[in-house]
Amino acid sequence: MDGPVIQTQELTKRYGDVVAVDRLNLVVEPGEVFGLLGPNGSGKTTTILMILGLTEPTSGTVRVMGLDPARQPLSVKSRVGYLPDQVGFYDDLTARENLIYIAKLNGIPRAEAYRRIDGALAQMGLMEVADRPVGTYSRGMRQRLGVAEVLIKRPALIIMDEPTVGLDPEAAQEFLQTIRDLKAQGITVLIASHLLHQVQAVCDRVGLFHRGRMVLEGTVEELARRILGGGYRVHVEATGPKTAILEALRRLPDATKAEPTGPERYVVEGRRDLRGEAARAVVEAGGSLRALQLEEPSLDDVYARYFQEVEHGREG
Amino acid sequence: MAARVEARRISREGSPWTGLWAVVAKEMADYLTGVRMAILEALIVLTAAGTVFMAAENLRTTVGQDRFLFLRLFTIQRDPLPAFIGFLAFLVPLIAIALTFDTVNGEFNRRTLSRVLAQPIYRDALLFGKFLAGLFTLTLVLTAIWLLVFGMGLVRLGVPPGGEEVARSLLFLLATIFYGGVWLALALLFSVRFRQPATAALVSIAVWLFFTVFWGMIASGLSQVLVPLRYGLVQEVLAQDRVARALARLSPITLYSEVMMALLYPSIRAFGLVGVLLQFQEGVILGAPLPLGQSLLLVWPQFTGMVALVVLLFAVSYISFQRQEIRA
Repeated sequence: MDGPVIQTQELTKRYGDVVAVDRLNLVVEPGEVFGLLGPNGSGKTTTILMILGLTEPTSGTVRVMGLDPARQPLSVKSRVGYLPDQVGFYDDLTARENLIYIAKLNGIPRAEAYRRIDGALAQMGLMEVADRPVGTYSRGMRQRLGVAEVLIKRPALIIMDEPTVGLDPEAAQEFLQTIRDLKAQGITVLIASHLLHQVQAVCDRVGLFHRGRMVLEGTVEELARRILGGGYRVHVEATGPKTAILEALRRLPDATKAEPTGPERYVVEGRRDLRGEAARAVVEAGGSLRALQLEEPSLDDVYARYFQEVEHGREG
Repeated sequence: MAARVEARRISREGSPWTGLWAVVAKEMADYLTGVRMAILEALIVLTAAGTVFMAAENLRTTVGQDRFLFLRLFTIQRDPLPAFIGFLAFLVPLIAIALTFDTVNGEFNRRTLSRVLAQPIYRDALLFGKFLAGLFTLTLVLTAIWLLVFGMGLVRLGVPPGGEEVARSLLFLLATIFYGGVWLALALLFSVRFRQPATAALVSIAVWLFFTVFWGMIASGLSQVLVPLRYGLVQEVLAQDRVARALARLSPITLYSEVMMALLYPSIRAFGLVGVLLQFQEGVILGAPLPLGQSLLLVWPQFTGMVALVVLLFAVSYISFQRQEIRA
C-alpha cells in the first residue's frame, strides 16, 4: 500500500457550539503504531468515528487508504477493524456465534469464515472457551475476543479506543504485547487512550490531544527532548556531605537542574545522559555512590509540563 | 459539471441492504429462542385453543345452517371466554411491543451497536433487518395459530371450509400481521428514541392503552362538541356519528377492528350508526352476505391506512436512527 493509511486535512467536528475536533491534520503511515493520546473528552473518539465514517465531519477531509469514509463507507469499513471503548458482545451467544454474525455481516463465505474464526480464536488464545457464552467472559477475555473479531476481516488498519481501560496490570501488559504482535504482522494500529504511560511503550509515534486539537506530535523521545528541555533525568542515591554533592551535581556541564529528592537522594536533569559525569562528581565531592538510574522520559510528564508552560505563557 | 459533482457526492457506494439478511437471521434466531417469546407464544396458543374449542362446541349444533361456519370459529364466544378475535386484538399489540421495544437501545446499552455498525453495512440494513425479523416472527406465530384454528375446526366440526371462508380468513390473517406491524414499528421508534428499554416499553404500552381505553371516549366527546345536536334531527345524529367514526379511525385499533368485522362478518355493509340503520332499510335483505370483493372494498381505506401507518412509523424511526450519534 502506497501513501499514508490515514490522512486528515483540517478535519473539524462541531456539536452545536462545542468544537469536538479542531482542524486536525493527522498522517499515519503504513505499519506504524500511532497513539492518539489525551484526557477524556479531548476529541479522540470523535476523530475515530470520523475516520470510520460513523460520524460526518463538519468540515475538512479524511482519507483512509485513499478512500473517503463518508462516501465509500463499505470499502473503508471492510478494510478497517474497530475495537470500541468497552467492547460489548451478545452475552447469551457463544464467542464463536458472535464471530459468525460479524463474518456474515462482512459477507465472508461460510467455509472461509469458519477457517478465519478458528485462526483468530487460536491466535487470541480463546480456543478452549470458544463455545462458552460471552456472558461468562472476563474483561480481558472480552478484549481479546474483540481483537479476534477484528482479525477475521483481515484488516490493514485496526483502530482501538481505550483498549487497556479496565484491565488489570497483567492483562494490560499482555494486551500491549498483542498490539506488538499485530504490528509484526504488518497491520497499522491506531490507539486512542488517556493512559499515556501505559501505551507509550508500544507507540511508534504519538499525537497529544487537548480540547479537540492535536497540540504535539512525534516520537516519545522527540517530545521529551522538546518539552522536558533535554528530557534526561538521572536519579542519584549517595551518602556523604549533602551540600557538596548537590553543588557538584549542579556544576555538571549540560545539567539544567539538580535537586535533592529525599535523604541521600538527588535528581539531575540534563540535555543528555549524565550518568557517568554524575557518578564522578559524587565521588569527587567526597560522597559514596549507592545507586544511579536514568529515568525514561514519561509522556505524562511531557503532557503535564507542556500545559504548565502553556498556562504560564498565557498568564505572562 | 457542478451538478454532476454534486450527484457524485450524494450517491452512496453499494447497496443499502448489504448484510440485511444476516441481521434478519440473527434477530429471528434471538426472538425464536428467547424466553420472552416462548411465554407469549404459550399465552396466545392457549387462548386460541381455549376460545376456538368453546366456539366449536357451540357450533356443532348448527352445522349445515351456516355458510360461514369457519369464520364463526373466530368470532363466536361462549362464557366464560370471550371470542378469539377479542383476545387477538388484545394480545397482538403486546407481542409486537415485546418484540421490538429494546431492539436498538438494547444494542446501545450492551455496547454492541458501534461494533456492528463498524462492519461494512449501512444503518439502513440494521434497522430494516430488525423490523423485518419482528414482522417475520409475528407472521410465523400468527400463521401457526391460524393453522391451529383451522385444524381444530376441521376436527371438531367435521366439515371442510369453503373457498370464500379460506380467502376471508387469510385476508384476516394478513390484516392481523399488519396490525401487529403498526405496534412493531411504534415500539421500534421508541427503542430508537429512548436510551432506556424500560422507558421505551412503558411509553409503547401507554400509547396502546391510550388508544384502547381513552381514544373511543375522546372521539365521541369531541364529536359532541364539534357537531352538537340542536334539534334532535336524524341528520344531526348521523352527522355526529360520522364525525365520531372519522375521529375514531385515527386509532389503529379502530382501523383493525373494522377490517376484521368486514372480513369475518360478511353481512356487514357499513360501520357505526349507518350500519345499524342499513339493517332496517328497505330492499336490504337482513343478514344477506356481501361477496368478498364488496367486503374488501368496504374496508380498503382502513386496510391501506394501516399499511400506511406502518410505513410512516418506520420512516420516522429510520430518520431518527440515521441522525443518531452512536457514540456512548
